Amino acid sequence: MSDRVGTARATILGRLRAARPPATSPPSDFDVLARRVFPPGERYPRLRRKMETVHAEFVETTEAEWPSAVIEFLRAERLGTLLYGPSTPAGRRLAQVWPSGAEGDPRLVPYDRPVETMKADLFDRMDAGFTTTRGGIADTGGLILWPSPEEPRLLSLVPPVHIALLREAEIYDTFWQAVRVQKWASAMPPNALLISGPSKTADIEQTLSYGVHGPNRLLVIVVR
Amino acid sequence: MSVSIPDSGTATKPEAVYYFGTCLVDLFYPEAGLSGIRLLEREGVRVVFPQGQTCCGQPAYNSGFHQEARTVARAQIALFPKPYPVVLPSGSCAGMMKHHYPALFEGEPDVAVAREFASRVVELTSFLTGVLRVKLTDRGEKTRVTWHSSCHAMREMGIFAEPRELLAQLDNVELVSLAREFECCGFGGTFAVREPEVSAAMVEDKSADVQATRASTLLSADGGCLLNIAGRLDAKGSLVSCRHVADFLWERTRER
Amino acid sequence: MSAETPAPEFRPAASRALRDPELRANFRRAMDGLILKRGEQFADPVEWNDLRNLGAAIRGRTLAKLPELLERLEAACTRNGIRVHWARDAEEGNAIVLGILREHGATRVVKSKSMVSEEMHLNEYLEEQGIDPLESDLGEYIIQLDHETPSHIIAPAIHMNRRQIARLFGKKIREARYTEDIDELTAIARRVLRKKFFEADAGISGVNFAVAETGTLCLVENEGNGRMSTHVPSVHIALMGLEKVVENLEDVPPLYSLLTRSATGQPITTYFNMISGPRGAEEKDGPAEVHLVILDNGRSRIFEDEALAQTLKCIRCGACMNHCPVYTRVGGHAYQSVYPGPIGKILTPQMEGVGRRHDLLEASSLCGACGEVCPVGIRIPELIVRLRREAIEGRPDGPGSVAEAGRGRHALESAAWTIWEAALTDSGLYRALGFAATRLRRLLPPWLPVLSRWTSVRSTPVPGRRTLHELAREAGVPDE
Repeated sequence: MSDRVGTARATILGRLRAARPPATSPPSDFDVLARRVFPPGERYPRLRRKMETVHAEFVETTEAEWPSAVIEFLRAERLGTLLYGPSTPAGRRLAQVWPSGAEGDPRLVPYDRPVETMKADLFDRMDAGFTTTRGGIADTGGLILWPSPEEPRLLSLVPPVHIALLREAEIYDTFWQAVRVQKWASAMPPNALLISGPSKTADIEQTLSYGVHGPNRLLVIVVR
Repeated sequence: MSVSIPDSGTATKPEAVYYFGTCLVDLFYPEAGLSGIRLLEREGVRVVFPQGQTCCGQPAYNSGFHQEARTVARAQIALFPKPYPVVLPSGSCAGMMKHHYPALFEGEPDVAVAREFASRVVELTSFLTGVLRVKLTDRGEKTRVTWHSSCHAMREMGIFAEPRELLAQLDNVELVSLAREFECCGFGGTFAVREPEVSAAMVEDKSADVQATRASTLLSADGGCLLNIAGRLDAKGSLVSCRHVADFLWERTRER
Repeated sequence: MSAETPAPEFRPAASRALRDPELRANFRRAMDGLILKRGEQFADPVEWNDLRNLGAAIRGRTLAKLPELLERLEAACTRNGIRVHWARDAEEGNAIVLGILREHGATRVVKSKSMVSEEMHLNEYLEEQGIDPLESDLGEYIIQLDHETPSHIIAPAIHMNRRQIARLFGKKIREARYTEDIDELTAIARRVLRKKFFEADAGISGVNFAVAETGTLCLVENEGNGRMSTHVPSVHIALMGLEKVVENLEDVPPLYSLLTRSATGQPITTYFNMISGPRGAEEKDGPAEVHLVILDNGRSRIFEDEALAQTLKCIRCGACMNHCPVYTRVGGHAYQSVYPGPIGKILTPQMEGVGRRHDLLEASSLCGACGEVCPVGIRIPELIVRLRREAIEGRPDGPGSVAEAGRGRHALESAAWTIWEAALTDSGLYRALGFAATRLRRLLPPWLPVLSRWTSVRSTPVPGRRTLHELAREAGVPDE
């Protein structure tokens, strides 16, 4: 098998090289992206508008109040469990102010061990998942997430509700700008992603239907 | 010395132009071909019509028979040696000569000749507006028309506003746009006979759109499209008259 | 790609489609909507032009450096822990996928959308080996239930309306109550597939862009099934055509923008998933292994010709077919090609032979709507004409030759064009013919073999009373 692999690789690359000498690349002019800038005060309203169009929900709050906003939302929506990453600064703040488990209070569940040890719970018993973000994108709407050992990937995918913490000051003009300013090219994590709303499909009669395989709802908690 | 037509319409009027009628106009819309010549002559331009001309070669070119297309193209080019613009009453044939002749002659010893010729090719309505900047006076009765633009006129020659500009100068002519006006009418040269059923579906939709405008006349600057749509409308018993725009413009504006 | 099976024919399939009013209505509605949405996204012609030029340049750069970029991609992926495999053809690619699945004893496999896997006929192959891969993209799930192939590269079930889908679900999904409500249908699919994601041993996906600079695989989706397929099972196998590599990470945002706006008229999709490795050392989830299969399957041959290599710039957005007047009327299945529509007309003949698939080359009026909307500037009509030339005049030997070059030439048609050439280079003969046609004007019999195709729905064309040549001479227009 490895011999065949080596042969396939050599054959393909050999054929490509023999085909034509490397050509000069046409110049790439990124000005069309570089000139796409928004006044700072406009970034958040624009992001919000774009994301609400695709059914994302927003709650505005402050640095001091955001954990309460999360708890209030869970209570109001009668969501019993919130899965989260306990060892992030945001996670620790949540745990600090979490109500102490009276009847009817939502439960805070740490996602701090390999998924294999809690897969059934994750899929069937978690009502919501909480993550932080690495900012947002004003141009199109969208949140930037870099899942990590502290905030695993499935937090923003498996529970039917995803609650994401966004700081207004971290909203970029465009995806292109975010990639450059945050220097993604220097070190990519195993998984990085953009999320612009709850999951959806238009595969039936090109009519939008929300809540397909990813979360049915995306709540963005904005710290202004 | 070649004449190319800049977009800004600042080219000066030449003292003479060649006229390439195109084979479809020659055979099916000859009066319109002559009207085109008259419209040019009226502006004080000397029009030369080399009698040896036949066809731009597009049908063979599009079918993949490039050797045959080249032979015919070469014969045409030889008839237009002087540095005059070459005016055509067809966006499709103009596109063939202007954009595809250079490719057709790539690697040939006379490619420079072909390129020089191609640079002088211009479609009639864009020549009337962009170079001659004609001023038209409508001498006809009130009428409603609709316009069909050929795909090649729009997409290869970039002609969209020019025919509308000309028609807008006619006070008694009301122009109604076709729905889905950017969609192909289904002619496509040999496409109409290679894929007759798909072509039939396309021309049926186009003719239904024409009828929906309630215009009494369909105008176009492309003989192939006209033959196609007119053929379908007539087969349906429609009374919509289908005319080449050169014919229409000449008839509406000539001194009685 | 077997030569033993008879060549597919577009015309009869198109004929059947044209007679199906439900299919025609479904496609007309769908295409009109997609055209409108795309138009809204690119309302600013300057931005469209500049972004398209950038997209064309980025994809052009990929072609200019293709072998180097593939090597860099492999090196970066390998550094990241992604195992890279090379496959010369579909057979090799399928064997690689099977090998990985067998190695892990994987029998429950979920798939997210991959046109390359359709090209490989991977599902059929795995099913023959006793593995049933489940399509998780809703459109793909629907057509899998229906034992159908996709009719569009972005929206595979676009040929069906809700009633047809409701009947299908009612028949095939035991636990579902019959409904024609779109949200309820979607909820049924969600329930069924959620269980499958949970149980899956392996996930197979495509790749929208593979970044050489960082060894990153980018996946575009709205539903979440892509992330489910690539993060939940312990093995992830990604399949890509070798042309999907791009050089730098900063090249991705403009291509992503062009893709979503051209394909579905969305400024951004729900998810843009960027995978640069398997589960990291401390990560709690993610696959233990990620494999990338780089597939050739005829692409390196297409690459050999500089003009035809433009075919490989394609980012599979589907805008060309959305705007094609032929596709709108017959839908994707009529093409009998993994890739339908305009891109299929240039890709499939190059992969399968311009003789065998000459029918696809004929299925175009060369209207140019496709080239006008292509976000990476592929001049599709020009390539169609080029391939038609290859079919007639191409020589099958030598490097840079197109598959089955020259095999589209037929004696009868060649003779006709020879006669045409003679008539049009001999101006005396031409004018004599014109004289005859104008004097015999109405005597042209409509039942003549080729003419009858015209006259079946149109009146017989009637020549003028005189040719323009005659009118011009009579009017005294100078000859030189």
